[in-house]
Amino acid sequence: MEKTKDNRAWFLVIPVFVIVAFSAIIPLMTVVNYSVQDIFGPNERFFVGVEWFKEILHDERLHEALLRQFLFSGLVLLIEIPLGVAIALAMPKKGWAASLSLVLLALPLLIPWNVIGTIWIIFTRPDIGLLGATINGLGIDFDHTAAPLDAWITVMLMEVWHWTPLVVLLAYAGLQAIPDAFYQAASIDGASRWAVFRYIQLPKMRGVLTIAILLRFMDSFLIYAEPFVLTGGGPGNATTFLSIHLVKIAVGQFDLGPAAAFSIIYFLIVLLFSWLFYQALQNVGKGE
Amino acid sequence: MKIRKSTVGFIIYLLLLMLPVYWMFNMSLRTNADILGTFSLYPAHPTLTNYVAIFTDPAWYSGYVNSIIYVSMNTVISLFVALPAAYAFSRYTFLGDKHMFFWLLTNRMAPPAVFLLPFFQLYSTFGLIDTHIAVAISHCLFNVPLAVWILEGFMSGVPREIDETAYIDGYSFPRFFLTVFLPLIRTGIGVTAFFCFMFSWVELLLARTLTTTEAKPIAATMTRTVSATGLDWGLLAAAGILTIVPGALVIYFVRNYMAKGFALGRV
Repeated sequence: MEKTKDNRAWFLVIPVFVIVAFSAIIPLMTVVNYSVQDIFGPNERFFVGVEWFKEILHDERLHEALLRQFLFSGLVLLIEIPLGVAIALAMPKKGWAASLSLVLLALPLLIPWNVIGTIWIIFTRPDIGLLGATINGLGIDFDHTAAPLDAWITVMLMEVWHWTPLVVLLAYAGLQAIPDAFYQAASIDGASRWAVFRYIQLPKMRGVLTIAILLRFMDSFLIYAEPFVLTGGGPGNATTFLSIHLVKIAVGQFDLGPAAAFSIIYFLIVLLFSWLFYQALQNVGKGE
Repeated sequence: MKIRKSTVGFIIYLLLLMLPVYWMFNMSLRTNADILGTFSLYPAHPTLTNYVAIFTDPAWYSGYVNSIIYVSMNTVISLFVALPAAYAFSRYTFLGDKHMFFWLLTNRMAPPAVFLLPFFQLYSTFGLIDTHIAVAISHCLFNVPLAVWILEGFMSGVPREIDETAYIDGYSFPRFFLTVFLPLIRTGIGVTAFFCFMFSWVELLLARTLTTTEAKPIAATMTRTVSATGLDWGLLAAAGILTIVPGALVIYFVRNYMAKGFALGRV
């Protein structure tokens, strides 16, 4: 059935608009304001136009950080989404086992991000950490503070450990919302397990998976605290992701103008790709 | 009883998932010297000193109280404003609906670092600095859009015939919404409540920027464990274990909404 056209629906949306706009619009305009000025002090600022944007766009370390960021977010999506869906399918559906699984799955999500990084420092230490000691005990020389590849593996492991449960919880809730009648119909038709997944479960999960993909893309693209605490962006610049680079400019060099211009560009990149994902996911399976 | 391969895989996944959490728990029961001195799979000399230190120091436990206050406020506000809006998006087309829907999500897309200063200025203009409500409202920036998106997905899964039938039966909109519609999407409400709680609970930058002492969050208090003598790992681990507890309780209470699923034909 088609949606009804009714502009009075705005009244239901106004509270959301007001509460979000309160925190959204003025800070955003202020940052836009910073990005076109050279700021020396509270009363000493000069309009510089798009100077900062030009400078930022030609910054080679930013290009490197951006590439790293795309690689990181790409890997995050490729690993976490299929893994999360598979785990949600394997999860117990009811009873105490389902309750226990839900609580355990939620635990990594509830640890503040700076603490996650700190715990993983110890967890991966070759001398006193479980993971580090196990890997080195197997005879593999593993040290995320020295080898860039090891640092990447460690950050990815931490990220997958931390955030896959979010995909699982969303996918699981999506699966739970499928009425039993659909499965009964499928079993009467003698549908295979794959057919049930492909033509019932996957389409019904499209809504929650869209949210999972967008959330994981945005949050992994903006990731800061966990890798910063764990590796400090190193060794060298191997794990200096975009936001770590941004904070280096904003806080380290205290250049508000360029940092603001950087933020705007950063925001637009996230916006563009989220929109592309959203459009693609909206159109997937439309013809069925 | 037949045990499926996927169940075995799931149990292995859960065990792997629990390893870092177990390691944190293990650390929380040991002294700092013990943690840094020896590798041990379990606490050889378990001690509760770290937990005692947290529960006897107001600077520590007030962090938990503050976090619980503003996180609860945020979860309630987010659900309260997002439910009607999500219904509007799932049932009606109206001027600018698609733009509005996507705009909401764009508020999660900005890197926070440079935005903290204008945030502080905005909230101090309204005299809200160091209040719980300030943190609760600022967290609406990323939680309300998420709540609208998740709820809209679940609401669109409910056939529109249910609304029609209810109106024909003479239900008013508020009565239909509260007594018929909300029970149908309780899975979605459970998930949304948990996510709002979770994202507000772990958010550090905004909460730390907008508070000084009275409403200081636990995640900010934890940075206290870094002192001149280095990091007190045991204390940090104990604090970490305690940060998990409130959220674990939340998901335990909403688990039935998530696990029971969806019952059609209530109308």
